Amino acid sequence: MIDFLTAAVVATMPLLFATLGEILTEKSGSLNLGVEGMMLMGAVFGFSTVYNTGNPFLALCAAFLAGAVGAFIFALITVTFQGNQVVTGLTLTIFGAGFSRFVGDHMIGSSVPRAAQDFFGKVKIPLLGDIPFVGQIFFRQDVFVYLGYIMVAVLSVYIYKTRPGLNMKAVGENTAAADASGIPVNLYKYLHIVAGGGLCGLGGAYLGIVSVPMWQEDVVTGRGWIAVALVILAGWNPIKALVGSFVFGALSILGLWQGSMGIHISQDIVNMFPYLATILIVIISTHKNRKEDRPPGNLSDPYFREER
Amino acid sequence: MKKRVLVLLLAFAMVFAFSACGEKKADTDDKDEVLKIGFIYIGSINDKGYTETQHNGTVALQEHFADEVECLWEENIEESTQAVQDSATRLIDNGCTVIVGTSYGFGTPLFEMANSGDYDDVTFLHFSGSDINDTNFGNYFGAMEEPRFLSGVIAGLQTTSNKLGYVAAFDNMEVNIGINAFTLGARSVNPDAQVIVTYTKSWYDPSGEKSAAEALLAQGCDVITQHADTSGPQLAAADAKKFAIGYNLDNSGLEGLEDAYLTAPVWHHDAYLISVVETIKDGTWKPESYYGTMADGYISLAPLTKNVTDEAKAKVEALEKEIKDGTLKIFVGPIKDNQGNVMVEEGETLDRAGIWEVNGVLVEGATATNSGK
Repeated sequence: MIDFLTAAVVATMPLLFATLGEILTEKSGSLNLGVEGMMLMGAVFGFSTVYNTGNPFLALCAAFLAGAVGAFIFALITVTFQGNQVVTGLTLTIFGAGFSRFVGDHMIGSSVPRAAQDFFGKVKIPLLGDIPFVGQIFFRQDVFVYLGYIMVAVLSVYIYKTRPGLNMKAVGENTAAADASGIPVNLYKYLHIVAGGGLCGLGGAYLGIVSVPMWQEDVVTGRGWIAVALVILAGWNPIKALVGSFVFGALSILGLWQGSMGIHISQDIVNMFPYLATILIVIISTHKNRKEDRPPGNLSDPYFREER
Repeated sequence: MKKRVLVLLLAFAMVFAFSACGEKKADTDDKDEVLKIGFIYIGSINDKGYTETQHNGTVALQEHFADEVECLWEENIEESTQAVQDSATRLIDNGCTVIVGTSYGFGTPLFEMANSGDYDDVTFLHFSGSDINDTNFGNYFGAMEEPRFLSGVIAGLQTTSNKLGYVAAFDNMEVNIGINAFTLGARSVNPDAQVIVTYTKSWYDPSGEKSAAEALLAQGCDVITQHADTSGPQLAAADAKKFAIGYNLDNSGLEGLEDAYLTAPVWHHDAYLISVVETIKDGTWKPESYYGTMADGYISLAPLTKNVTDEAKAKVEALEKEIKDGTLKIFVGPIKDNQGNVMVEEGETLDRAGIWEVNGVLVEGATATNSGK
């Protein structure tokens, strides 16, 4: 059981980073469906950097930048040129997939250098790691996982406790009002779309560098789409995103691990669980209709100042 | 930055080089002597797995015939009727008179083309299917149960926990034949050996296959083998300091696997391709269902690495000889399935057709963690 949940944390991370990234993007009023594409871009650049330089820190920067560049393209098209967000996002997904294949083609089958693999090896946090059960599962992980925890904390504070976070929410909830109150709307949109894309890139890099330390095509295999759904499940809340990602991460590997826990369910049924859970939670949250679970008011609406 | 400029320059150089090639090809077309063979691949040719194995055969074929044949190929073709037929049509338009479909799902679309009457002058060869007609469509496959059995023998001798992990793609006949042959091999030398199977329900899932292997390792397995396309299970075994047996091609040279890799049941597609192209060239080819064996050199066990014990090496060498001269058959009764039902009666030896009939279930000693079996 502990082995399974420890592995579930590893399966959580790509989903968590991507979900956090998309929360930032959506909170500032943009719906970027290119998560899958940005994850692939981050994965291939992260891998390529660590493969060529052996430096894990540079690799994380490169992955963040790659995702950010993908998101910048999105921002340019949707914010500056007022393009349709759904179409642009879908295009970004397809672009990212092709791009990662192209860049990664000559690296297929290459491994992350030993030293970097060790850098991302499991590290026990003193004291916390000694807590029975919880500590064994959550605090004997790799540094990338701890970075994920830190991001959850940072974003929670940023969104709910700081002035720029409040401004960002205002931009997403009611762009015209935010503009009227003097918030530089387009700057906010750009920054959060780009930062969100960077986080998606990190999610991809986790898959490409830590989960499978050998480059193989299409490492993301649809997780970007699950992240888009997770944002809704999490009600745009980073802490709920951590819980949601963990549940989905666990469900995604449950089929493969059930043997170790003495359960025997057909893999086909297990594969349906995450989607059943999605439907269920969407129904419940729609039914409750709490204010904090609703999407930002101006989500995916292009903003023309002249049309106010 | 310098590198980027260099890459751009190289890219331009490549484009020019390709256009130069194009002109040359036009010249050789006139002579009409070169046999053009078109390969359709499901993946990319350097995937360190299924498609690379196929392509190694193509490269060897090209080298063998040098100027007499020209191999063309298309990569990453989906298993849909439209995609396959489009790809084949493009290859035929480029002058190919032989089309080789290297994935199971390519069979039906190509079979339709072969029987349509429009492509009577084209020879179709299909890997892993069973379709055949009287004029221009043949298929080929290999008796993978032979090297699988031998890899099982090694696993059975190397294990100390008597638990062997098997990361399998789909619960289908081909995969289960491999699992059963592996199990029979392991239990022939170690009656206590248990094979634990996890189906990933995908041919290609890098992180899923690795996670499946990690789960098997957590259950105490100390040898991991696979019938899936990525090297994820091998990496997981190496991480846990346990042993790995690969599939498709020899990955023993990959970084990080030095102390884990044992061997792999591998394909040598060139062995078949060279002989079949020989007959196509001299006009004696007839549609056939080729089933290559270890004796033919179509399949084999990759060279055993330093991690294999001397005892296992000697045993495998002796058994390999027996398989090649036909004295050792894999599916010989009595064999029971894991529910206790008789699969093969005592005194019965299965031939190809028999093997492909009874292996819907798993043999005694093999259990699946995530299916009804």
